[in-house]
Amino acid sequence: MNDAVKPAARPAGRAGRNLELPEHLKAYKGVWVFIEHDRGHVHQVSWELLGAARRLADTLGSQVAGVLLGGPDEKLDAFAQEAYTYGADLCYVVRDPVLAGYRNEPFTKGLTDLVNQYQPEIVLLGATTMGRDLAGSVATTLSTGLTADCTELNIDPATRALAATRPTFGGSLLCTIMTLAYRPQMATVRPRVMPMPRRDDSRTGHIVEGSLGMIETDIVTKLLEFIPDTTRNTINLPYADVIVAGGKGLKMQDNFRLVFDLARVLGAEVGATRPVVQAGWVEAERQVGQTGKTVRPKLYIAAGISGAIQHRVGMESADVIVAINTDPNAPIFDFAHYGIVGNALQVLPALTQAFRAHLDKRVRKVA
Amino acid sequence: MHIVVCIKQVPDSAQIRVHPVTNTIMRQGVPAIVNPYDLFALEEALRLKDQFGGRVTVICMGPPQAEESLRKCISFGATDAILVTDRAFAGADTLATSYALAAAIRKIGEEQAVDLVFTGKQTIDGDTAQVGPGIAKRLGMNLLTYVSKIVEVDLDQRRLKVERRAEGGVQLLDTTLPSLITMLEGTNEMRFASLPDMLRAARFSVRRWSKDDAGIQDVSKIGLKGSPTVVSKVFGPTPRAEKADMLVVADTSVNDVALNLLGKMFTQFPQLEEDLVERLSA
Repeated sequence: MNDAVKPAARPAGRAGRNLELPEHLKAYKGVWVFIEHDRGHVHQVSWELLGAARRLADTLGSQVAGVLLGGPDEKLDAFAQEAYTYGADLCYVVRDPVLAGYRNEPFTKGLTDLVNQYQPEIVLLGATTMGRDLAGSVATTLSTGLTADCTELNIDPATRALAATRPTFGGSLLCTIMTLAYRPQMATVRPRVMPMPRRDDSRTGHIVEGSLGMIETDIVTKLLEFIPDTTRNTINLPYADVIVAGGKGLKMQDNFRLVFDLARVLGAEVGATRPVVQAGWVEAERQVGQTGKTVRPKLYIAAGISGAIQHRVGMESADVIVAINTDPNAPIFDFAHYGIVGNALQVLPALTQAFRAHLDKRVRKVA
Repeated sequence: MHIVVCIKQVPDSAQIRVHPVTNTIMRQGVPAIVNPYDLFALEEALRLKDQFGGRVTVICMGPPQAEESLRKCISFGATDAILVTDRAFAGADTLATSYALAAAIRKIGEEQAVDLVFTGKQTIDGDTAQVGPGIAKRLGMNLLTYVSKIVEVDLDQRRLKVERRAEGGVQLLDTTLPSLITMLEGTNEMRFASLPDMLRAARFSVRRWSKDDAGIQDVSKIGLKGSPTVVSKVFGPTPRAEKADMLVVADTSVNDVALNLLGKMFTQFPQLEEDLVERLSA
């Protein structure tokens, strides 16, 4: 009896929620990447996203477009050329004096107008301070779904929707999120989550020029100055090749020097877990994980780290993971390559000594 | 000066455990706290109130229990607290949440015009950083995210100067009131609650607003219905196909374990050894 009043084929939603894509949104096609650049350089996350976009577009049988917004003096054409080599088929380029230097207002208008005009199916942005600022603004203006800090992007075979996976519940579980009844589907991805695509210099593309239709007096917020970081912020975890990281298993702040000792011998960067950063043992820039940095080093040594998902999603792409933990059942041993069951306070100095002895010998030979 | 601070009550994630067998989240007994990032926003708002006078109104969308977190904010010195709570909000994603909060802030503005809205950089349970920008867009306020320092507020000229964290540096921005600021962590230190404020908090009656009180008429914009994103699957992580190669210190001396690791690792990954040597030689 109940079946008779229910509309046919309602998807597994609650409360009469619309999960069907309305007819007028079916025209949205193509995968876009917002290409982030500042002071003459493209952020590498944009190239990483082009690699992911290429894969999604190939699955959907559609095209990849880069979006470049910037001032008239910026090298947007050169950036577009580079975008083709990483997988873009075309680039939408908007040049305007008010787009020199990132500001929310003109960039939100620029990207929103392009989306409304050219109707992409998917829009990807880097989860940087610029990308998150812009993504949240554009998604709200367009009233569409946005999934932050995705660790995996796929096309759902049943619905052809973007299936965006990200950690949830403070990083203890993963969830897959889809935007079914709205377009475009938007997502941000953090630097280093997606692998850098292989550059193909034979690839070409074309530019579609757009205009902004805004003048400086329309814009309330003024960018007075950009103050570059000096020595204060020299920690560059996301792009470090070797990382030694410590967790609460090191017991005390003072013991963290053992992590630094090993890092020095390896020429490594030092990382830490969220609890360690929250306890103030090391700087926030050293935090690895969902709320910290995502890293992809060749070698990651985790000392006294249990391996909660929050941490795991930030470092599991490392080529080689060595984990030291007293608990043989610690989750980190589920995804490490080498596990040492033992007290990090004893293992770290032993490793420091072993690496020093071994590498010194080799380095001297090379010299 | 009237400042609204948006906070969220979150489970203390440091204490969340995942059931080892069923891989489901164990929420029982996990204490609820004010999202730690929001406290930087609250402290910054309280400092402006100390400097310029006026009011700090704290709002929170959440279940009735979230009243405790608002009371906590009163104990730090906030003037007023409003809990926006309604069953109709259940299942809201960031777009629906920003709609409800923006409506409530508009309503608060009818009592006294709002000069500034503060939020934390993000929450520790959702980690999206999307609600702040969403509220700003809906209210037509200037959006200032990742603010590391409020350089200057000129109430007469209604201007505001801030430093905003960007990739590789800091932007110095000048804008007008009203603005929405998402405050970067570590930018200030939360004050201790004073005894009079603690006593006031204990007696304080937090205002409760339903969707109607917040002036929301269109229920298709809130809760599950107003949420474009659909959670299709929640799952635990999958272990790597190959188990880790385990070395146990108890079985042998710690130095042997270290040498053993180097031997195994450099045999299986010879390129890693070459890379390390090359880096150190450079």
